[in-house]
Amino acid sequence: MQTVILEHISKTYGKEISPAVNDVSFAVNKGELFGLIGPDGAGKTSLFRILTTLILPDTGKASVDGFDIVRDYKKIRNTVGYMPGRFSLYQDLSVEENLNFFATLFNTTVAKNYDLIKDIYVQIEPFKKRRAGKLSGGMKQKLALSCALIHQPTVLFLDEPTTGVDPVSRKEFWEMLDRLKASGITILVSTPYMDEAARCDRIALMHHGKILSIETPANMIAAFPDPIYAIKASNMPSLLQQLNAYEGVKSSYAFGEYAHVLLNESTGGENNLKLYLSGKGFTDIEMTLTQPTIEDWFIKLLNS
Amino acid sequence: MPETVIRAHKLTKRFGPFVAVDAISFEVSKGEIFGFLGANGAGKTTAMRMLCGLSTPSSGEAVIAGYDIYSQTEKIKKRIGYMSQKFSLYDDLTVLENIRFFAGIYGLSATQIKLKTEELITRLGLEQETKKMVAALPLGWKQKLSFSVSILHEPKIVFLDEPTSGVDPVTRRQFWDLIYQAAAQGITIFLTTHYMDEAEYCNRISIMVDGKIVALDTPHRLKQHFNASSMDDVFYQLARGAQRQE
Repeated sequence: MQTVILEHISKTYGKEISPAVNDVSFAVNKGELFGLIGPDGAGKTSLFRILTTLILPDTGKASVDGFDIVRDYKKIRNTVGYMPGRFSLYQDLSVEENLNFFATLFNTTVAKNYDLIKDIYVQIEPFKKRRAGKLSGGMKQKLALSCALIHQPTVLFLDEPTTGVDPVSRKEFWEMLDRLKASGITILVSTPYMDEAARCDRIALMHHGKILSIETPANMIAAFPDPIYAIKASNMPSLLQQLNAYEGVKSSYAFGEYAHVLLNESTGGENNLKLYLSGKGFTDIEMTLTQPTIEDWFIKLLNS
Repeated sequence: MPETVIRAHKLTKRFGPFVAVDAISFEVSKGEIFGFLGANGAGKTTAMRMLCGLSTPSSGEAVIAGYDIYSQTEKIKKRIGYMSQKFSLYDDLTVLENIRFFAGIYGLSATQIKLKTEELITRLGLEQETKKMVAALPLGWKQKLSFSVSILHEPKIVFLDEPTSGVDPVTRRQFWDLIYQAAAQGITIFLTTHYMDEAEYCNRISIMVDGKIVALDTPHRLKQHFNASSMDDVFYQLARGAQRQE
């Protein structure tokens, strides 16, 4: 069953020439953890705002949990949870007051829904009398998630919940999402961190308002068309320069401690590249075939 | 021996009973790319503010670009550049106006400003965009321009606070090309990032946990030492025990 359906959704703001969202269509299955992956300005936030009925698309149709985003907007607002990218709870209410406030808005109580948020809320409960504005970044994030969940939404929209968050807290956040997913909630989450893509059931790569690709992370990685060589030398900046200058190289770029290199098939491949590099004075070359990642795909799609 | 441009010894900052930065000591050489990592709330921003001469330490010593962190903060500010995603350029000034404005702030002469501006515009390929408001530029361009502006006055050190946050993977790498070029010119790069692959691009890295520097070495040696396959893993081993958050 499909819980979120978009058909040819487009949106252009004011006098802008290029659309923020450009003819986007996809569907998210019930209970799926679906990731929108893309840099700032890709159109992720606009899509979330359209789906949560905060703005109208210029063209196209969309529905959430069977409700049309235009006709049934009030019903959608009752059934979805939304955590915007910018912290938007009441800074001068306490943790507890914020949670009670959002429960009351949705005609429910914290007690009735405590099971769903328990895992997350216990971590901030020791600070329940503290004003939300005085919380740390990680705690704000947990409170915002608790408030977004308090009415037992069927679909949860999380807009860049991990941006600016350190790698340890990011890991913890994704573990929380896994537990929520296990409880049956459909989750749409956006992130600029490519390494988080692997934790989603399916991902849509977005850039300049368009979807570049939609797949499961595993299928996406399996479908990468070129072998990728990971190459290392003691002088990496110089290695990267020489790789870029070599005609047998289709594409090369820094990738952590390695350079990732895609070769042109016609020019004799691996051995010629090794010869070329030793001719350039690199004596300590380490070269292995490596698994592609979502980031390799993104770079490939941006370069094409 | 390369010249030492940052020397910190037991540098400490307290806010009341809270020790935000707890006796950190380290040195950074000329032209080095130094990654200053840590969990949210570890004390990175507070430490960076002290190194830039914006906040007086509670105790400890530091010499930045040859100047004392207590008594010569104005001299320090003239010899450093600073850029972050939160504070970079003025959105409602044009590209050209921003460059001129910052060049003026950094004390460049009118002739230098003219020369530097032309050179920068050509190098970044922004000839068509000079009269555009910065607000209209894509984030990646803004960040590249902002970095170039922060080193316009050829500072000894440039401090970069999460300069590539939210930028696409291709632009992120172009940004690093600019960092390498600047380092090759002898500008020392001192930066924070949450992208662990970028930690690999640094010559050396320090990792802060709860106000202290708990590890400092080259990425290669850190991975060896912690028996880790990636910097992500090293970071996780060190920071997961952190007591405090932001």
